[in-house]
Amino acid sequence: MKLITAIVKPHKLDEIKEALQAFGVQGLTVTEASGYGRQRGHTEVYRGAEYQVDLVPKIRIEVLVDDSDAEELIRVIVSAAATGKIGDGKVWSVPVDSVVRVRTGERGADAL
Amino acid sequence: MASAITTLAADAPTLSAANTGFMLICSALVMLMTPGLAFFYGGMVRVKSSLNMLMMSFISLGIVTILWVLYGFSLAFGTDSGSLIGWNSDYVGLSGIGITELWDGYTIPVYVFAVFQLMFAVITPALISGALADRVKFGAWVLFTALWVTVVYFPVAHWVWGAGGWLFELGVIDFAGGTAVHINAGAAALGVILVIGKRVGFKKDPMRPHSLPLVMLGAGLLWFGWFGFNAGSWLGNDDGVGAVMFVNTQVATAAAMLAWLGYEKLRHGSFTTLGAASGAVAGLVAITPSGGAVSPLGAIAVGAIAGLLCAMAVGLKYKFGYDDSLDVIGVHLVGGVVGSLLVGLFATGGVQSDVAGLFYGGGLEQLGKQAIGVFAVLAYSLVASALLAFLLDKTIGMRVSEDDEVAGIDQVEHAETAYDFSGAGGGAASRSTAAPAPSAASKKVDA
Repeated sequence: MKLITAIVKPHKLDEIKEALQAFGVQGLTVTEASGYGRQRGHTEVYRGAEYQVDLVPKIRIEVLVDDSDAEELIRVIVSAAATGKIGDGKVWSVPVDSVVRVRTGERGADAL
Repeated sequence: MASAITTLAADAPTLSAANTGFMLICSALVMLMTPGLAFFYGGMVRVKSSLNMLMMSFISLGIVTILWVLYGFSLAFGTDSGSLIGWNSDYVGLSGIGITELWDGYTIPVYVFAVFQLMFAVITPALISGALADRVKFGAWVLFTALWVTVVYFPVAHWVWGAGGWLFELGVIDFAGGTAVHINAGAAALGVILVIGKRVGFKKDPMRPHSLPLVMLGAGLLWFGWFGFNAGSWLGNDDGVGAVMFVNTQVATAAAMLAWLGYEKLRHGSFTTLGAASGAVAGLVAITPSGGAVSPLGAIAVGAIAGLLCAMAVGLKYKFGYDDSLDVIGVHLVGGVVGSLLVGLFATGGVQSDVAGLFYGGGLEQLGKQAIGVFAVLAYSLVASALLAFLLDKTIGMRVSEDDEVAGIDQVEHAETAYDFSGAGGGAASRSTAAPAPSAASKKVDA
């Protein structure tokens, strides 16, 4: 099993959710996040006083999937999240040792 | 003899229903400026002190109203004594005034004049509060407001507008309060912040405005209310001067907004919302003293010059290191000084009075008078306000503790917070309709 984590632009959440549902993903976790990549945020000016805003708002999406689905799912997320502009985000996957569904105690792929 | 008496009777003003109605509406418009100012200022501070900022303006409606009725109107507009202060025991508590008694030489009742002028007295101390954001004990502010209007505003209003007041008699033109309101408040702001010092983290921590839409709402309400402020200051509109004032108010404000935006586009690269709101207010301030004396083209010049100079002036606090939180000095003091002095250049000599400025063949005389008015009010207000702040600071203390300031003055002074962010975890992904959890705040019940 893999944990796929995507850090994306907030307004892309709905599109990604729909793409994941179309792919057959049963559940996901979404958190508000903030950070920066190579673009290093932006500058704002208030009455001439400049503020460097480094941390920009992002959405963090986490999905647990079977190993066999992982590559395809990353592709689905990337294609739904892409705008082609700077700050689109990143997607990565890490191996997961074990998963347990809390309600039933099912483990592994059954718990997904 | 008989014919002389007949002439006198014919010349005596009688109550005008139109002017009375007009002035009551103008008074209500000016009242709206104070909550407008509260929003203008309230949006410019951080979330944690936004309620305090709103309250510092709003409380003025309470405290100054009562003091005005008790003795303020009498001090400002009572019979002159020594050109410095007025007094009329009939005005104390507004107790000896007949409901149809007319204000001296005008067609409106004394009550109407008193309530119109009250609104000016209310907004002036509220203007000061913008310089003190985030750091002043609310109780100390209330006391300061009461003392300040008594010692500074009521006398200065008498100097500038009261029959016998020394600036009035000198011939200083202050149509609607550039000197008595804006220079007065701006100089007071400077006096107070020199005593109380900077906010914790000034020039280090980010202090971005928390809500520019609120700032725009406030600026819009100020602009709207300002028509009452300026157009009403002719105390009626039988001869059309109020209408000139209305036009000039609109024109100067537009010019100032454009000038401010142009400056910041060139200087900083963007047309900002805060710049549009600030430019508009700078134009309103600048046209206040001059609006009855200049032509609409003159008003464009007054607005554009003020917009540009105020936009440049707001940067001075970073250079000199004084913490005028919301630029009361940069906008109200500078705007008031610019507008008051420009009367000496742009007065046409045909609208409000026959006094002409330098550009209309009047020489330097009026400019000199305007400069005396500007300097006198600036100096008196600066020194008296600094002394009042010093006195309060040494007795009850003006500032909240550093810890409280960092935590946020709203919680400490008002036991409230402006916005409930407790549901923020759901964010974009969910919209909860659940009832608030009882654990969110434990409520003390009074039996």
